[in-house]
Amino acid sequence: MIELQGISRKFQVGNEAVHALRSVSLGVKPGGYLAVMGPSGSGKSTLLNIIGLLDRPDQGVYLLDEQNTTDLNDRQQAAVRRHKIGFVFQFFHLVPRLTAAENVELPLILAGFDADERKQRVQNALSALGIADRSRHRPDQLSGGQRQRVAIARATIMRPGIILADEPTGNLDRASGREVIDILENLNKQGMTLIMVTHDPELGRRASRRIQMIDGRIQSDKAQTHEDI
Amino acid sequence: MRTFDVVRFSFRSATGFRTRTLLILLAMAIGVGAVIMLTALGEGARLYVTREFTSLGTHLLIVLPGRSETTGGPPPLLGETPRDLTLDDALSLKHSSAIRRVAPIAIGSAPVSWQQRSREVTIMGSTAELFDIRQLSMAQGRFLPAGKPTLQTAVCVLGYKVKNELFGNASPLGKWLRIGGRRFRVIGVLTPKGQSLGTDMGDIAIIPVASAQALFNTSSLFRVIIQASGRDSVARAKKAVLDTIRDRHEGEDDVTVITQDALLSTFDRIFTALTLTVAGIAAISLAVAGILIMNVMMISVSQRTTEIGLMKAIGASGGQVLRLFLSESAVLSAIGALLGVMLALIGTWTSLRLYPDFPVTIPWWSLIAAIGVGMLTGLIFGVLPARRAAGLEPVEALSRR
Repeated sequence: MIELQGISRKFQVGNEAVHALRSVSLGVKPGGYLAVMGPSGSGKSTLLNIIGLLDRPDQGVYLLDEQNTTDLNDRQQAAVRRHKIGFVFQFFHLVPRLTAAENVELPLILAGFDADERKQRVQNALSALGIADRSRHRPDQLSGGQRQRVAIARATIMRPGIILADEPTGNLDRASGREVIDILENLNKQGMTLIMVTHDPELGRRASRRIQMIDGRIQSDKAQTHEDI
Repeated sequence: MRTFDVVRFSFRSATGFRTRTLLILLAMAIGVGAVIMLTALGEGARLYVTREFTSLGTHLLIVLPGRSETTGGPPPLLGETPRDLTLDDALSLKHSSAIRRVAPIAIGSAPVSWQQRSREVTIMGSTAELFDIRQLSMAQGRFLPAGKPTLQTAVCVLGYKVKNELFGNASPLGKWLRIGGRRFRVIGVLTPKGQSLGTDMGDIAIIPVASAQALFNTSSLFRVIIQASGRDSVARAKKAVLDTIRDRHEGEDDVTVITQDALLSTFDRIFTALTLTVAGIAAISLAVAGILIMNVMMISVSQRTTEIGLMKAIGASGGQVLRLFLSESAVLSAIGALLGVMLALIGTWTSLRLYPDFPVTIPWWSLIAAIGVGMLTGLIFGVLPARRAAGLEPVEALSRR
């Protein structure tokens, strides 16, 4: 359960203060599928970063599973990110010198799992995403769609409750973008909360709930209706 | 995060960034290698001097005519002319119980010729006791006969080099050769012993001291070498020498006595200080290596900003990032230090090959100190970049591509 109450975030750009988020309140139930849309600079990514504990709000309260995250220190926040949240980025952000399997393994290493269990879990995750045969390849030997699948495997290896995807198809062709969305929606059907930032209205329409952001505010918040399909 | 995984991750990033890794390894290896090499050279110099002195013999005192000490006060009105040290002076020293052997030495240079060959050679006049004092050994024949030192006997002992140059492979024993204007019969040849304190014992001819004095037409001695009866009696022997000579020289202290031990320990102190100084200079090069490591790690942090952001996004705390980067500098400096040790070993080996006389040895303490200081430098200079990495804001780090 994600609960944002009156979250504000501003950045200093030169002499100007830019309000990325102005008193945003939002609640997302477990297992929800939320699309965040809006023009560039409307605060979509900042919202996602704050939900993912990558950024701290200047004002407001963020409760994650009834826990006030703004009180947590760096180490506790890192633990929350590790266990409850998985990130999928537009630019994949794979470590280039590590193989696909090693990239997927990273969160398990940080969490201190032993080598046997790590190996087991990584194999399972890669097989589930259909890239088991690519496990020894480095990212530059993989196609865009394969890279994003490795990234999804890494995001879900700790079995988090929430997947945060920032333009996950922004750097992919239509076909592989389609596959990636299918995978993410599948995870959502298994019960993971999926929050996706996207420019693409077509993708947005697939979500069960859409919010439209403009100038750091939530302009509209709609549940899916039959007319949209 | 498990320690093994941290180290493995560091190894992976070390092999992932070749140029950077090579630079750091090079800096560290040169720093550590320099420390070890320079201390080895200092230690070698110390050993060299010590060895030179012990090759002279043990528990030795050297009596030189004249005083080298300054006494202060007004200069004497009547000039002090030191008396010569004579053969009788030297022989009178034998009466002390603290003194076991006495070898008077008269030295000069004269042409030595046999048949058509002639060589200018250092002629040393001495007695049979020189053999034991200088720890000489014979290749052929025997040394000067023990007998009355005042007797002028026409025999000589040759250094191996002189013998080779005059006689080649033929045996010189019993042959008569000419030294200066006199004829001497060769009774022995020394084994090669090498240099000792500037006198090449190969390029020498030894004759009885009385013969040498007659040859050079002098009654004075170059010096007297004395062997004390034991290590404890060196001080007593020194006093006995001074007392005896003072008695014989009408109350004048006009000889200088140098004890081998005093010389040795002075040189020892000087060379230890020198070694430490050189090691200190080398330590500065290690610090320079440390700064280079810091720079390269700093660049590495900026290059890997995105990676650090990602690590944080997938749940690494600042502390974990710090550990990863610190262990990376530690791993790199450890490997660098090992390479430095190898470099130093190769260096000493080569120098031993080129200059076998100069005993370059790596003292064990310098090995441990160099590796320890090297690792420490790597860690200390790794802290700043690692802290910078740990403090990066994940959002900013990720937004860069």
